[in-house]
Amino acid sequence: MSLHTFAAYVEDKPGVLNRVASLFRRRAFNIESLTVGHTEQPGVSRMTIAVEADDLTARRVEAMLYKLVNVLRVDDLTARSTVERDLALIKVAVTPTNRTEVMQLADVFRARIVDVTNESVIVETTGTEDKIEGLIEVLRPFGIIEMARTGIVSMSRGAAGISPNPPLVAAEVREGAPA
Amino acid sequence: MKRTGAQIIWESLQREDVEVVFGYPGGAILPAYDAMLDYPIHHVLTRHEQGATHMADGYARASGKVGVAMATSGPGATNMVTGIATAMMDSSPIVCITGQVSSGLVGLDAFQETDVTGITLPITKHNYLVTRVEDIARSIREAFYIAATGRPGPVLLDITKDAQQASYEFDWEASAPRLPGYRPALRALPAEYEKAITLINSAKRPLILAGHGVLQSGAMKVLRDFVEKAQIPVAMTLLGIGCFPATHPLNLGMMGMHGEAWVNHSIQQADLLLAFGTRFDDRVTGNVKTYAPKAKKIHIEIDPSEINKVIKADVALVGDLRDVLEELSPRIAPGDHEEWIDHINEMKGDSAVRDIQNLPDTGHLYAAHVINDLWRHTEGEALICTDVGQHQMWTAQYYKHDKPFRLITSGGLGTMGFGLPSAIGAKMACPDAEVWAIAGDGGFQMTAAELTTAAQENVKVNVAVINNGYLGMVRQWQEFFYSKRYAATPMKSPDFVKLAEAHGLAGLRVTERSQVEGAIRAARETEGTVVIDFRVAKEDSVYPMVPAGADLHEMIRRPRPRIPLAKESDAPEEWEMATK
Repeated sequence: MSLHTFAAYVEDKPGVLNRVASLFRRRAFNIESLTVGHTEQPGVSRMTIAVEADDLTARRVEAMLYKLVNVLRVDDLTARSTVERDLALIKVAVTPTNRTEVMQLADVFRARIVDVTNESVIVETTGTEDKIEGLIEVLRPFGIIEMARTGIVSMSRGAAGISPNPPLVAAEVREGAPA
Repeated sequence: MKRTGAQIIWESLQREDVEVVFGYPGGAILPAYDAMLDYPIHHVLTRHEQGATHMADGYARASGKVGVAMATSGPGATNMVTGIATAMMDSSPIVCITGQVSSGLVGLDAFQETDVTGITLPITKHNYLVTRVEDIARSIREAFYIAATGRPGPVLLDITKDAQQASYEFDWEASAPRLPGYRPALRALPAEYEKAITLINSAKRPLILAGHGVLQSGAMKVLRDFVEKAQIPVAMTLLGIGCFPATHPLNLGMMGMHGEAWVNHSIQQADLLLAFGTRFDDRVTGNVKTYAPKAKKIHIEIDPSEINKVIKADVALVGDLRDVLEELSPRIAPGDHEEWIDHINEMKGDSAVRDIQNLPDTGHLYAAHVINDLWRHTEGEALICTDVGQHQMWTAQYYKHDKPFRLITSGGLGTMGFGLPSAIGAKMACPDAEVWAIAGDGGFQMTAAELTTAAQENVKVNVAVINNGYLGMVRQWQEFFYSKRYAATPMKSPDFVKLAEAHGLAGLRVTERSQVEGAIRAARETEGTVVIDFRVAKEDSVYPMVPAGADLHEMIRRPRPRIPLAKESDAPEEWEMATK
């Protein structure tokens, strides 16, 4: 079992997120993270789906996703060189005396302070999951009031776009059943 | 030309060559029903929406066309759920059209509102909630295309009442499917073919597992060419029955839980399995850890998500089976597996003991007698629709089919109540065929109300009720695995003869073997649907049986029967084998 990351291009239609989520529930696949957002193409959304699975199961996840009529393309990014990003907003409890310390820590992580009050600051950070986990750990002792994370978005490095998978070629459609 | 959404439904169905719709009207689908009267499509009023879906399913499986069922919102649509799931599990192409409350009421818990697209999402190949009249024609076109192509399956269209009532310019040509993500046809890369050919040519004990996909891709002839060239014996799944002639010397029969013993042994001994259009259901594999341990597996399958789902394939050829076999067949070397086939035939002799046709006639009526006699008297030519349970397995074992599309049965979902309605649908698809529904006393009662549908439609199907006073298959499991504690399986039934008569149909009762032939003849000669109540032995079981999850070769065999023999010396010698 390991973490597999898929990028799926889907039609931007009502219910598509439900179809994908329902597929994972029904087939008992374990979703770690699922994000969805617009793409460069109007009417097309991109999902980044992280799944805990062995390799054979990952192949099935991919094939099952392809079976959904509204799914346009699926790419397993797991074995590829990718840029992975997660965004977190972390509201930390501060006092006038330790506020500077929190801001310095944020600075070390190249995080930004996007809101300041006498009792709290909101730290915004993007990066890999590891980096965000690291920041959370150092902020935790101050008291985390609230936190929101987007989940992973992922993209392969290099000039190539998302590639059609699996290695199959389109054939002529035979319509209707045999005589 | 401007049409209402309701009219567009029927205009579209006409263009999809729909001749008959099975359905049940109600509030949210009323506009469509009103418009129906102006179109030449025949509507069959069923007595329950489940019946409508099974009829559409039976129609589809018998004809190869898409079956259509229609119902109203809420309870009408939820009653379809069992039939849709049945079609999904058996990859049967049906289109279900349900009315939905007006779009302004959706989400407000309106009268008879149900989230039908939500409910049917995991049991349809695809579904649509259509809220705008301008989307109706394209959605219907797409639904038929999706249902019939690739791996077939059910598609549901939930059309709001206001969309049915609104008007729009109907333009069929402009409503072509727009399905950029739908890939019904894929093909494997050439390198995979090379690997398959090498495995086939070098196998010593190869075996073909022929499934529903053979029938659905129309690969019967190319399968036969392949088999005869490669000289590889064929085992069939329940849904594959008929895809290869039963009387062909290389046809071994059915595999799996109630398959022939020699078939299951052959699978366990094979060095190469060629799975043709089958998905390794747990009812055919038994324990997957010990399944066909010596065999390489070549899996030919149209649905890539089936590859490696249950059994890991050494070579996977994704594609339409007929296309793949047409490519493969000329490229394989002519085979000779005489030793292997002789070995299987030897096992066959040993296993014939389960054949209770060998029993001397003591007047006792056994289900196997009934089905065997039915097979003989109909010369194996009837179109058989079964319900689910013991009679279904006996039908698979004793009614041999040489021709395809003559057995319609709920395999994947195992839906009791499927038999009679699917038979009515099949008969409407094939009016010239002799159609028999074979059902148990339990399953028959689940949808027996459809007898009235048969009467109203003047459809002739013959119904053989295999009546043993139990939910027989469950009773059999209780006998084997629950110390004969018959919880909720003894079953009282109405008088089926009178029940038939109450529907204006003929009913017959058979209690002895000597009456079987006469009853079958009478049923065949009678106009209109006939119900025969076969009172069979109460506690007979289906053998062989692989207990759920057991190794495929670990079969429970028929014990030495308790019924009295005419003379002890009449006992076939093979009985000794059976008691081992």
